[in-house]
Amino acid sequence: MAMPEWLRLRRANPIDPDQAAQWTKCPKCAAMIYRPDLAANLWVCPTCQHHFRMHAFDRISLLVDSDFTEIGGELIPGDPLGWTDKVPYPQKLQRDREKSKLTEGVVCGFASIGGCPVALGVMDFNFRGGTMGTVVGERIALLFESARERKLPCIVFTASGGARMEEGMLALMQMAKTTLTVRRFHDAGGYYISVLTDPTTGGVSASFAFQADVVVAEARAAIGFAGRRVIEQTIRQKLPDNFQTAEFLLEKGAIDMVVERHELKGRLVRLLDYGLGAQRPANGLAAQPATDTRPAPAESRS
Amino acid sequence: MNVIVEREKGLLELEQRIAELKSQAAQQPVDMTAEIEGLEAKYAQIQRDIFGQMSPWQRVNMARHPKRPLGSDYLAALDVFDELHGDRHFRDDHAIVAGFAKLKGRRVMAIAQDKGRDTKEKVRRNFGMPAPEGYRKVNRLVRLAAHLRIPVITFIDTSGADPGIGSEERAQAEAIAQSLYELADARGPIVATIIGEGGSGGALALGLADRVLMLEHAVYSVASPEGAAAILWGDAARAEEAATRLKLTSDDLLQFGIVDEVIPEPIGGAHRDAVGTVARVLAAVDRALDELVQIPVDELRDRRYRKFRRIGSGTIS
Ligand SMILES: [Zn+2]
Repeated sequence: MAMPEWLRLRRANPIDPDQAAQWTKCPKCAAMIYRPDLAANLWVCPTCQHHFRMHAFDRISLLVDSDFTEIGGELIPGDPLGWTDKVPYPQKLQRDREKSKLTEGVVCGFASIGGCPVALGVMDFNFRGGTMGTVVGERIALLFESARERKLPCIVFTASGGARMEEGMLALMQMAKTTLTVRRFHDAGGYYISVLTDPTTGGVSASFAFQADVVVAEARAAIGFAGRRVIEQTIRQKLPDNFQTAEFLLEKGAIDMVVERHELKGRLVRLLDYGLGAQRPANGLAAQPATDTRPAPAESRS
Repeated sequence: MNVIVEREKGLLELEQRIAELKSQAAQQPVDMTAEIEGLEAKYAQIQRDIFGQMSPWQRVNMARHPKRPLGSDYLAALDVFDELHGDRHFRDDHAIVAGFAKLKGRRVMAIAQDKGRDTKEKVRRNFGMPAPEGYRKVNRLVRLAAHLRIPVITFIDTSGADPGIGSEERAQAEAIAQSLYELADARGPIVATIIGEGGSGGALALGLADRVLMLEHAVYSVASPEGAAAILWGDAARAEEAATRLKLTSDDLLQFGIVDEVIPEPIGGAHRDAVGTVARVLAAVDRALDELVQIPVDELRDRRYRKFRRIGSGTIS
């Protein structure tokens, strides 16, 4: 069998082996963890269960059955504002591309999960804090449009600091753009599950993250609209530790469920089943050629 | 401190001088024409100096001018307005005023953000920063408008959605997301006008529209300049610098295709002729509706989709 697409992508963009071999300190309990052990434990601290932020491709590799066929991965943002502060914006992008081995803050494509073909989007905080600019908006829009055309359910993992300042109002307008595609997808009968991971805030939380049919949050993820610091400055007092956590939101009734990372895939498989039942798309549907001119998935029949 | 208010002080003194001289001239036989004309020329010169070429930061201050017409001033100028209150769940948010109205004889659902004029009113309206229940009120009324096939008109003026503990507890993000979701497919025309400050998602929640109008000196930005400076550099004091970089003026946004039409303001800003400005805005909204009501509903929603779908795509490679 050919090498799965996600694995090919991951191998092409490996984490620095020197770095990978090092020990990592848990930011929560300060335990020293051997990185390969951490990876084997799904980037969850074995001592305190702290969920480390995950690389998009690592996340994908945990979820998909075999293949992942990326769409929109070639899209690169321009510099619409001609932004420069300490360094010009294009230079910041280049630096983040090198550091994260990603082309932008979200990876979108087709895969199957538990035998069910899905359209899958995974945001990555490592790329400009997961901020949404024109390319994140475009890729999410493409994802929902493709999911609608192919009649696939859609799963999006969010991780974002909000709209990307360096792209100004064009970034903010991606909230409207993604909303329109979610709405069309939904009105056509599409089933959408969002998984809010640490952190999901600002323009992403206030658009497609909270427009799903089922809103799942990963354990202990920070989720909210305004940033914690902004609120503290506004009210001039310190906020309790659990404020804006997944568990806090669950208690307030804002989300459907909080799930530990180890249980996430099993839970998603069940949620797909509840949502789709007999209408579940036949495996291999994702491999059918698209009716539009966008790149069709190369291989996903397993 | 508002930099426009500061710069206006000299002008207002001069204005008063001229008025005094004029009343003196009317009472006394002495000819003061030359003196008055001299002062008037000076006045015009200063006015041009101040308002001819305003920097982005000066525009921000103009948008926040304490005398600038507020959301309620636009609602008051409609033929008739009957406020509809509350989100049906928690409470009535006074940062958003909304209800049935008629604009030049046409039924509309009018929705406005209002910052409040005096201190008491500002507190009551939470300085124009809506809480989730405000957006849920919008959501409810947009649905009602769609049900009755009434166009929706919105007037945007907020530094952003309320960033308080209660707002987070009641899921501000979800409320804004749902407001956008509702506007995305509303079965009737939507015209949004940025009348003052359009700050972040809290403004956009009323801005997903078929036609987006903007007053000349209003601003519309991804975050308030203070917020952007805090996010970017951890220093809200660098707001002026952020305002310069964010491209938040009406000319910038017209160029980006985010705004469809800019409505000119009198020299010195909207507050120099509040009644006239409000009338010009309402006339522009009415013109936009004239065109939009001709379009069949499905095509209207299709156009709305395409309008926002392409924003930003042109800058991607
Ligand atoms: Zn730990």
